[in-house]
Amino acid sequence: MSDEKKPGLRSPLRRKLLMGMAALPAISMLPRASFAEAPPTSAVNTTGLAVTDSEVTVGILHSVTGTMAISETGSVEAEKLAIEQINAEGGVLGRKIKFIQEDGASDWPTFAEKAKKLLVNDKCAAVMGCWTSASRKAVLPVFEQYNGMLYYPTFYEGLEQSKNVIYTGQEATQQIIAGLDWVNKTKGAKTFYLLGSDYIWPRTSNKIARKHIEGHLQGAKVVGEEYFPLGHTQFNSVINKIKLTKPDVIYAIIVGGSNVAFYKQLKAAGIDLSKQTLLTISVTEDEIDGIGGENIAGAYACMKYFQSLDNPNNKAFVSAFKKMWGEKTVIGDVTQAAYLGPWLWKLTVEKAGSFDIDKIAAASPGVEFKGAPEGYVRIHENHHLWSKTRVGRAKADGQYELIYETADLVEPDPFPKGYQ
Amino acid sequence: MIINSRFFNRTELIGFVALALLLFVILPLSLDIFRLNLVAKYLTYAFVGIGLVLCWGYGGILSLGQGVFFGLGGYCMAMYLKLEASSVENTKIQSTPGIPDFMDWNQLTQLPFFWKPFHSFPITLIAIMLVPGIFAFIIGAAMFKRRVGGVYFAIITQAIAAIMTILIVGQQGYTGGINGITDLRTLHGWDIRTDHAKFILYFVEVVLLFACIIAAQFIRLTKLGRILVAMREQEDRVRFSGYSVANFKIFAFCAAAIFAAIGGAMFTLEVGFMSPSFVGIVPSIEMVIYTAVGGRMSIFGAVWGSLLVNFAKTSLSESFPQLWLFGLGALFIAVVLAFPNGLSGIWQDYVQPHIDRLLASRKSKPGNGFPVTDGAPAE
Repeated sequence: MSDEKKPGLRSPLRRKLLMGMAALPAISMLPRASFAEAPPTSAVNTTGLAVTDSEVTVGILHSVTGTMAISETGSVEAEKLAIEQINAEGGVLGRKIKFIQEDGASDWPTFAEKAKKLLVNDKCAAVMGCWTSASRKAVLPVFEQYNGMLYYPTFYEGLEQSKNVIYTGQEATQQIIAGLDWVNKTKGAKTFYLLGSDYIWPRTSNKIARKHIEGHLQGAKVVGEEYFPLGHTQFNSVINKIKLTKPDVIYAIIVGGSNVAFYKQLKAAGIDLSKQTLLTISVTEDEIDGIGGENIAGAYACMKYFQSLDNPNNKAFVSAFKKMWGEKTVIGDVTQAAYLGPWLWKLTVEKAGSFDIDKIAAASPGVEFKGAPEGYVRIHENHHLWSKTRVGRAKADGQYELIYETADLVEPDPFPKGYQ
Repeated sequence: MIINSRFFNRTELIGFVALALLLFVILPLSLDIFRLNLVAKYLTYAFVGIGLVLCWGYGGILSLGQGVFFGLGGYCMAMYLKLEASSVENTKIQSTPGIPDFMDWNQLTQLPFFWKPFHSFPITLIAIMLVPGIFAFIIGAAMFKRRVGGVYFAIITQAIAAIMTILIVGQQGYTGGINGITDLRTLHGWDIRTDHAKFILYFVEVVLLFACIIAAQFIRLTKLGRILVAMREQEDRVRFSGYSVANFKIFAFCAAAIFAAIGGAMFTLEVGFMSPSFVGIVPSIEMVIYTAVGGRMSIFGAVWGSLLVNFAKTSLSESFPQLWLFGLGALFIAVVLAFPNGLSGIWQDYVQPHIDRLLASRKSKPGNGFPVTDGAPAE
């Protein structure tokens, strides 16, 4: 510090000048187009968002305390990584992204309060956030009322579509139908036992699964359907029923900590997942971390992303993520979807040539992101993503091995006809 | 003046005026609408706090299930607002238009019978007070007539809070499940989401709060209040003197429940939704903490406690999103260790003597006609 007090040689101004001079040749080499990328703030921000000539503010709204913190931390990390990478590339319309992080505290009204704060007080140009459906339902009216833009990363039950939300995870039909078709075709599965935690996502997903099994798969039927309160840990009675009915497929949508008890008890009861087919849509690499790879090895999961995907985008993403957050971190489906949020927003803003929410909402359909770790994705008119669906098989080391992926992108259909 | 000097003693009068100034003048003038709405949210817990002062502070009945009544009041209001928001035009996209969206997701095709009365606004207003009141009466009658009290009663109320949450979460077709009842828009045709509406709702709430403060003060000063205190100190002596202890306890418990329900209904209006996360054990205990921080013997303390703890919660979590829970925990421990009587204890020990001295010096001057009465005799 004492150096900087001395006038003359070492003044900060001089240092800046030197740096500027060093940068001069670099600037002169840049193509002209790059100057056009930093248009005046008055032109790109007509509604008073927190955008200056050099900075744009976005919000990050996840639970970093409470029961959901374990799930949402990955999303926060992915979003920070994406923001850092975008800034390293020069930011959005020539402006660096600055983020304000708020804690939803696993509490839905807190989410609503913080969402309002980010939009009304901080004038965030976009918010990356939420995880559970309940938190999204709590903030949705806030985003619609104050005209904000939310990038929501979790796979969810569908039945929703908003001008003010981009859903970067899969909605239920994308995740469910391809997986059921696959297990029916390759395993010849005819009987299904549906399990779920007792709230809106598992119930709606199982409803779609049941309609598909009974209506679209030849001779297939549902032999059982049961729900358990969140946090439930006693699965012995349902495991006994499963042993009696001997379904071809156990279809499990159990969430959070209950998973640990469920898979351990399944193993203890002698159900060998290398022989009994189990298909889940709720266990990502993050959950396996808690369950223990040896307890779930052999189970199939159907989602859009696995950490083990073998493509250059994903390899770069995984190594950047581990470099930033440590070698031991794992990356699940939602974490990857959260990573898409800032990127899709950047691409949309650049397509629209403006930060205005209305213009972003209108420009979103058709925005493509070729650098996505999961592979190419595109935003649909209904603000969900076109994406591939994949089936992976859990290995004892906690990773999934890719078994199957759809040939084409699956169209998002949040209000599926015939499945309601 | 006569009424004042009997209804509020000098300390209470200062407290009343200070609070009225803060809530009616200072806060509305100094805060923007977002912060004012947050204050309104904090104040909804003050209703619960006032009830707890009566029931716990004076009556000695510790209830760890006030969230149940807060939730019942809130849900009654939310049901009315949700029905209004689920008009046929608004819900065209559903397979059964005209019913709330979550019912449609859960394959319900018609409105359940217990939702029907909530089409009417007057019935809703009555239900907000009546439903929790009757529920509290049933619990109270079942417990107090059997002379269940103290810790046992606290545990049972806690169990009821847990049961209530499980019931609401489990019956999601009828209650909205863990998501709660969301996306509420209008109250009797009046949009509650606008800034103007939030401003008006704030004042409605503060007026209601003062009505509750006065009602609580009235209960406290009548013979009823004295019996409550007597009961807390020596229940058997009161019983042997010929009073029906159970009935007085039931009354205090019901009054606390109704106060909590009013708070819950206002919460729904201020925040715009209701969910089971206000009904369970944790929020119920939090509400007791607000009261304890404010000082469980002080009606004004309950209001200050709710304001201060929630303000700390908001500002700590905004500044330290990862660490704020530790800060809040430290605050509770510090208050309980250093000031067992809460904020009102600090006031009495440190501020009151100065004011007394000041007033005493003024009183000694001749010609000052301000009638000063002594406070209520010590309890």
